[in-house]
Amino acid sequence: MPVGALLHIQNIEVIYEKVILAVQDISLSVAPQSIVALLGANGAGKSTTLKAISGLASAQRGEIVDGRIEYQGNDITTTPPATLVERGLVQVLEGRHCFAHLSVEENLLTGGFVHNPSRHKLNQLLESIYHYFPRLKLLRKNLAGYASGGEQQMVAIGRALMSEPTLVLLDEPSMGLAPQIVEEIFTIIKNLRDEQGMSFLVAEQNAGAALRYADYAYILENGRISSEGDAEHINQSEVLLASYLAG
Amino acid sequence: MSFFFEVLLGGLLAGVMYSLVAIGFVLIYKASGVFNFAQGSMVLFAALTFVSLLERGISFWLAFVLTLLAMVALAWTIERWVLRKLVNRPPITLFMATLGLSYIIEGLAQSLWGAQVHGLDLGINDEPFEFQGMLLSQFDIFAACVAGVLVLVLSVFFNKTRTGIALRAVADDQLAALAVGIKLEKLWLIVWTVAGFVGLVAGLLWGARLGVQFSLSLVVLKALPVLIIGGFTSISGSIVGGLIIGASEKLAEVFLGAYIGGGIENWFPYMLAMLFLLVRPTGIFGERQIERV
Ligand SMILES: Nc1ncnc2c1ncn2[C@@H]1O[C@H](COP(=O)(O)OP(=O)(O)OP(=O)(O)O)[C@@H](O)[C@H]1O
Ligand SMILES: [Mg+2]
Repeated sequence: MPVGALLHIQNIEVIYEKVILAVQDISLSVAPQSIVALLGANGAGKSTTLKAISGLASAQRGEIVDGRIEYQGNDITTTPPATLVERGLVQVLEGRHCFAHLSVEENLLTGGFVHNPSRHKLNQLLESIYHYFPRLKLLRKNLAGYASGGEQQMVAIGRALMSEPTLVLLDEPSMGLAPQIVEEIFTIIKNLRDEQGMSFLVAEQNAGAALRYADYAYILENGRISSEGDAEHINQSEVLLASYLAG
Repeated sequence: MSFFFEVLLGGLLAGVMYSLVAIGFVLIYKASGVFNFAQGSMVLFAALTFVSLLERGISFWLAFVLTLLAMVALAWTIERWVLRKLVNRPPITLFMATLGLSYIIEGLAQSLWGAQVHGLDLGINDEPFEFQGMLLSQFDIFAACVAGVLVLVLSVFFNKTRTGIALRAVADDQLAALAVGIKLEKLWLIVWTVAGFVGLVAGLLWGARLGVQFSLSLVVLKALPVLIIGGFTSISGSIVGGLIIGASEKLAEVFLGAYIGGGIENWFPYMLAMLFLLVRPTGIFGERQIERV
């Protein structure tokens, strides 16, 4: 195991509904204060890997049948999601999943409840989210369901940040967004890493954008890791072309 | 004309009684997507427990608190030992489970407290009083005030408290709620407890009106059209649905009864509900999918 890794996955295998093999023999690490990209085409197993880490796979009849996941040196292979959020590991789901009938601010608040903070602390957290996502402050009273795709992605990320995480699992933050918004979101992620010391494991099909901001990258193909390396190195090598991810 | 308003107002007030039962459904349906057929049995169980305690010489408020505790215990048992085992199952499975529960709760109530009919006197004078030439039931006005307070308290709970906001979040998206660290089991327990409390209030009022007996659990059947018209996911919808059902069934009975025979009250609400199903399946206040273009 790499010394001092924040997250370390060893050879996990995930099966849905007892029969559908989604990923196998996945091993990866996330160093403290780093951005790691997990790249792969449709159905490669990116979401499954993230949900295995966050404990959400079991809510969708998925099961880690082999291997082990360590976070901050502790085995979390079977730890439930709420406990992980308390310990600073939170996932932002693919497709944003905002609470459509709650206001933008109420959405953010739900993310802050885990530590049962004081009202004062909760307001401080809100302000720090509005600092990174100024646009959300203007929308705070609006129903999240009516926000634009980019704004909803910001709500989803902001909501996760309200739990003051150490490691954020981001599932396809660029999905369906204009290039300019994608850059905006990745820039904020980079700032969070630099200023707050957070780490991010980002699943993406949009290899170009992700590699511009990531430190390290893994490529998933058909449920297995096919290659890995420094982001710059991966960006310049042939592996992207080989896995239909270039572009 | 004043006779028309007397019937209308009487109907509206009676309708509030249906709303009280419907609110219990809405709470559980919103938070867990379960159509809890056992709500009627919970109403019966609460009323029967309360009355039996009262008859054993226990004071009103002590009996109220003890019954509330019993309802919490019931909610806890149902959540812990039945529903939690059934998460992620299709809605029809959950519905059948609550149907089964409904009879188990009735049986339990019967073996605990016996099957005889009890009178329940809440100490409210039921002599009609006159208001602008109309005769109105004092009891109905009291029930309407109770329902009003209940709705107010619930709306503060859902909009201002952390638990309330979390409950609305769960109603919107369970997976996302899990992802932000909301503990679903804890919330379901709370919502069943609140539904138990609403059941207790409904049980006391209905029990005082009809006497506490086993047919009390049949009030669920009257709550159904209310839910269809108001929408399964809205507490204000329960109130409006109750008012519509209450008013229209009384008006139909009094003004149409002369032409097509009495007993309209028994089927009119269902016909109205069916019309709504055809025209507006989500009910007046039911949540439609928010769609953006
Ligand atoms: N809940 C589920 N039940 C059964 N099979 C599933 C489930 N979720 C995913 N799978 C299967 O597991 C495999 C990996 O899916 P996964 O969603 O992890 O891929 P992905 O890399 O996130 O793809 P995408 O880019 O489309 O989001 C796929 O073959 C998929 O069909
Ligand atoms: Mg995915």
